[in-house]
Amino acid sequence: MKLEELRGKLAYQGLLLGGVALLTSVALAFASRATEADIKAAEAADLKQSLAQVLPGEYENDLLKDTVTLAGKEGDVLVYRGRRAGKVEAVVYRVIGHGYAGNIVCVMGVSREGKILGVRVIAHKETPGLGDKIEPAKAKWIFDFDGKYLGDPVAEKWAVKKDGGVFDQFAGATITPRGVVNAVKGGLEFFAGNKAQLLDETGGAQ
Amino acid sequence: MNEKYAHITREGLWSNNVVFAQMLALCPTLAVTSTATNGLGMGLATTAVLLLSNVIISSVRHLVSPEVRIPVYIVLIATLVTLVDMSLNAWAHELYKVLGLFIALIVVNCAILGRAEAFASKNGMADSALDGLMMGLGFTAALVVIGGVREIFGSATLFANAHLLLGPAFSFLEMTIVPDYKGFLLMILPPGGFMVVGLLLAAKRVSDQRRAARAQLAAAEVAVN
Repeated sequence: MKLEELRGKLAYQGLLLGGVALLTSVALAFASRATEADIKAAEAADLKQSLAQVLPGEYENDLLKDTVTLAGKEGDVLVYRGRRAGKVEAVVYRVIGHGYAGNIVCVMGVSREGKILGVRVIAHKETPGLGDKIEPAKAKWIFDFDGKYLGDPVAEKWAVKKDGGVFDQFAGATITPRGVVNAVKGGLEFFAGNKAQLLDETGGAQ
Repeated sequence: MNEKYAHITREGLWSNNVVFAQMLALCPTLAVTSTATNGLGMGLATTAVLLLSNVIISSVRHLVSPEVRIPVYIVLIATLVTLVDMSLNAWAHELYKVLGLFIALIVVNCAILGRAEAFASKNGMADSALDGLMMGLGFTAALVVIGGVREIFGSATLFANAHLLLGPAFSFLEMTIVPDYKGFLLMILPPGGFMVVGLLLAAKRVSDQRRAARAQLAAAEVAVN
């Protein structure tokens, strides 16, 4: 058969490999273009949803548009601000904890008094069944932060129980909750250190 | 013809099971089977990819030179997985958030390349589709059993968080077997996976041997009579 002869030729094999690579790249490029907008929209919806979880209540502005970028300990921090009557009532930003298997990305909402409104983990690679209890879908642990601030508990108690603090660790996973607690504490310190800019009151008579 | 389909089905589900007979795909198997739900998610995603890759590879099998077949298959499989990954991310985002972790892992699942090489490159499209489906279901069953055993001993639950994967209608699957269980970490960590796979493998061998011995005995009796 002709095809069989052809298949043995080096040129055919090279062309075949090239052709397959070309076809698959074209397919991927088209798929990437076709899905890009939907993926962005889905991720923006996710972000909005997670912002709403850590910022309960209504704000008059679009959080995604009222932002300020400040230098934090781990690079620039993008802060979303929620306002009522023109005044910044709450801010949301990302903090990064160091877990057992890489970074744990959290968002936290803080009220203008410096109290935590909520913390949510948005991305992590912790051990399924052990470290993933930081997800609200799997355990209630992450809600322990609600209402806490620097002072309740006092600074040295901002740690997991194993380290002499007040926050529970999980059976078999201490590194994960320790990473989250430290990240949240760092987030509150960031709030305390940048309060004026965060609340958009730098120019005011204070 | 029917006999052939029955043979393919039996091979995929039991006698040539991806995990328990071919001993392929152990890396994803050990990595994701800490719960039965995770095993189910990985199994279903793999089944979909296996079915599609077998059909595609079977349809181009006459065009591909044997000398370059491996890179061609790998490129095709990787493309397929990426397409599935992107379309789930765009159009089934909720499902993607649960399965996302598993989908990228499918590229490195040697069972898929193994079936392309051993079956789809030598057989027609219908046979290959059935083979992909049955191998996938056999893989899914193996993962669910391993995950179930590890979950029961490791955290005394079964199908925990199934509603995240299958929707709220399936939350009835979720069971807590021993309330207030302290957890048995070894079972959840990878070493527990090795142990459970080993023990289940031994159990399957014993059952196969017993069945073969019984069949032999029956055959001998028939011969004597």
